[in-house]
Amino acid sequence: MIRSEVLKEIAPILRGQLVICNIGIPSQELHAIDDQPTNFYMLGTMGLASSIGLGLALVQKKPVIVIDGDGSILTNLGTLPTIGNNVAENYILMIIDNGSYGSTGDQPTYTGKKTDLAGMARAAGCDNVVEVQDVDTGKALTEALASGKQTVMVVKCDSGNAKMPVITMDPVTIRDRFMGAVKA
Amino acid sequence: MSIDKKITEDLVAANIGFVTTVPCKQLAGVIDEVDKHPDIFHIPSNKEDEGMGLCAGAWMGGTRPMIIMQNTAIGVTINTLATLIQYYRMPLPMLISYRGELREPVACQVEMAVHTKALLDEMKIPTYHFHKQADADELPMILDYTFMCNKPVAILTDANFWGGYGDQ
Repeated sequence: MIRSEVLKEIAPILRGQLVICNIGIPSQELHAIDDQPTNFYMLGTMGLASSIGLGLALVQKKPVIVIDGDGSILTNLGTLPTIGNNVAENYILMIIDNGSYGSTGDQPTYTGKKTDLAGMARAAGCDNVVEVQDVDTGKALTEALASGKQTVMVVKCDSGNAKMPVITMDPVTIRDRFMGAVKA
Repeated sequence: MSIDKKITEDLVAANIGFVTTVPCKQLAGVIDEVDKHPDIFHIPSNKEDEGMGLCAGAWMGGTRPMIIMQNTAIGVTINTLATLIQYYRMPLPMLISYRGELREPVACQVEMAVHTKALLDEMKIPTYHFHKQADADELPMILDYTFMCNKPVAILTDANFWGGYGDQ
């Protein structure tokens, strides 16, 4: 499966949950598959989805699901010790690990070579780290939500992108309706 | 009351409940006060752009954030300021130690000091410069202003403000 197929499969689970979605094609895919006020789309700032999600999870009680990528985690590796040492039990970091920089032409990342993101998350102090295959994502996400425990999921899937339109919604609109959903 | 305690009390009075920090020698005292205060969640970050991400999330979750960092961080965070904080129109007070100014003992710090105000100006970030401790009397107004206009706002604090570098 490629990332867009994974997102399509888990869209019913994501619906209604607070979702922080990674920059570029992942946000375009989620937006096209099931746009919701509960989705915060990153239009820029590669690497910060996990940090935005953690800040959000630490100040309020609703579950927060971050959809991140291997390339974005690698660009902000300092996030893993911060997550591991500031446990928000309502925080799920789902790293879609397709071993490539999808939004820029599928150049390989190091996770497709020797680097093990799940191992890095554990070494950084994250207690509940699961590595799952693409077909098992829905089951693992449901379990993570039910567990009420901070969870890092590394979802191994194939490299590739669906062709989706660019998000043209104004950033302040995205942010404003998301804040309304947080408060609701 | 020490300046570190006064600043921290001003943050609490402005309803700031989430503070991320990347340390600087000059900021050690205020970071210590922030860490001890029961009304502030203090979360150290490993890099200042990461810290701004945390602040963005906290603000969207309904808690007023702040970042405390060194001016070298302006070089690290230009993209985050432009494409996250400014693009989504989010408030972010930035308490910044202004290294490389008068009384600076480390020459390399001057290399970013000479760019600091120019970069903030280029980014159209409202900037205040605390040179003497009495300047901090404006901090409550600066914090109100930041959350009124939903912009990043810089508060530069130099070595004279903090009382120099001790024995250096």
